[in-house]
Amino acid sequence: MAEPFISRGFRGRRQIGSVKDRLPPGQYETQDFPVLSAGPTPHTPLASWHFTLRGSNGSMARWSWPEFEALPHESVKTDIHCVTKWSKLDTVWEGVPIDTLLSEAARHGVEPAPYVLAASDGGYTTNLPLADVTGGKAWVAVIYAGAPLEREHGGPARLLVPHLYFWKSAKWVRELAFLQHDKPGFWESFGYHNYGDPWREQRYSGDE
Amino acid sequence: MSTRTSVASHVTPIAWRLATVSDVVQETSSVRTLVLDVPGWPGHRAGQHVDVRVTAEDGYQAQRSYSIASAPEDTRLELTIERLDDGEVSPYLTEVLRVGDRLEFRGPIGGYFVWEVTLGGPLLLVGGGSGMVPLMAILRHRAAASRALHKMPARLLYSSRRWEDVIYRDSLARLAQDDKTLEIAFTLTREQPDGWTGFRRRIDRMMLAEVAWPPSERPHVFVCGPTPLVESVASALVELGHDPAHVKTERFGPTGVSR
Repeated sequence: MAEPFISRGFRGRRQIGSVKDRLPPGQYETQDFPVLSAGPTPHTPLASWHFTLRGSNGSMARWSWPEFEALPHESVKTDIHCVTKWSKLDTVWEGVPIDTLLSEAARHGVEPAPYVLAASDGGYTTNLPLADVTGGKAWVAVIYAGAPLEREHGGPARLLVPHLYFWKSAKWVRELAFLQHDKPGFWESFGYHNYGDPWREQRYSGDE
Repeated sequence: MSTRTSVASHVTPIAWRLATVSDVVQETSSVRTLVLDVPGWPGHRAGQHVDVRVTAEDGYQAQRSYSIASAPEDTRLELTIERLDDGEVSPYLTEVLRVGDRLEFRGPIGGYFVWEVTLGGPLLLVGGGSGMVPLMAILRHRAAASRALHKMPARLLYSSRRWEDVIYRDSLARLAQDDKTLEIAFTLTREQPDGWTGFRRRIDRMMLAEVAWPPSERPHVFVCGPTPLVESVASALVELGHDPAHVKTERFGPTGVSR
């Protein structure tokens, strides 16, 4: 577009200073915690819940809920950004770093690979580069705001990858599979961006 | 849910475009439909949405997503928007924007919460409040395929607070009048007019058991509305035996807060 378009009569509600700097382009701050899912909320009992890391070499490591809970947890305070435009600042989570899961799994011979496909109860999947879930950038979160993660927010456990749009933080996550080649997940196959960096506004396929 | 096609590596971006408002329709006291002329619109599928971007004089911008209300077959694009009292963009779109103004947006967006006549029926649509909008696009698309309606019978269960809050009242009545294979049930949760014979409570499992197709019919199910409604409807449908993979949901609004 040659000239910037102005919406006649729109003033808007500007964010000030520190908040503004923390909002990626096109995002607004919300105090709520909206829920977005493509289907019904799954209800897997903890007794049959387990978490799996699947290596590129066919080996795997698996934790039951008590085993998973016994792993060292970290507390994380972070901003989250949903592709539907809301951002929530200073959210507080507790979970197990993917780095920890990887080093535990290495003892079972699980070898990572350049790409990760996360899979959830209900059939949801999302893909990420390995580099985006290691180096202290991602967790499997089980606590939100001091309480066990509610089902509709992905409980008992969801992926937390706060530097990417929040659809990458798969709810009800049950497995991370390491792959030699990238494979698009659920929303990535329905027109959403393959990587999803909110600061580059990578919402949909073809953005940037 | 299952992953289907893979993304092509080089995709054209969804470009921002300018539409002209050619008509506005006041649907209820807080809901308005914007009828848009969109040069070169590539078409859409029923259930998809667009991203609207509004820009103030100093360059400040805000974006929001809105469902498309019109059928792919309609000549003009329609967005139906509910004014949220504490909203930033919806008061502008429902109160300030007028015929002749231009509106910037991009789309269509979303490939999952969509229905096409080729998918067939039966169809079960469950909506609450302005969650009716993408369901209306589905019903309009279905009506446009008039010859084969009996092959895709549809049932709609639509929850509103009161009769005055029901969006598309007249359009829905017309659709149902012309079409014996479309059944519409309303529930009014807060206030009912005199002589009301419809439901008068929030959608629950018993209501769904009465209205919905049995799971053996394997209906395509679309549920759209505020989060608490979608959560309870989707869970109840699964309890009634519907395959979770056939229940597509779209939620909006804050959690647990009714507005």
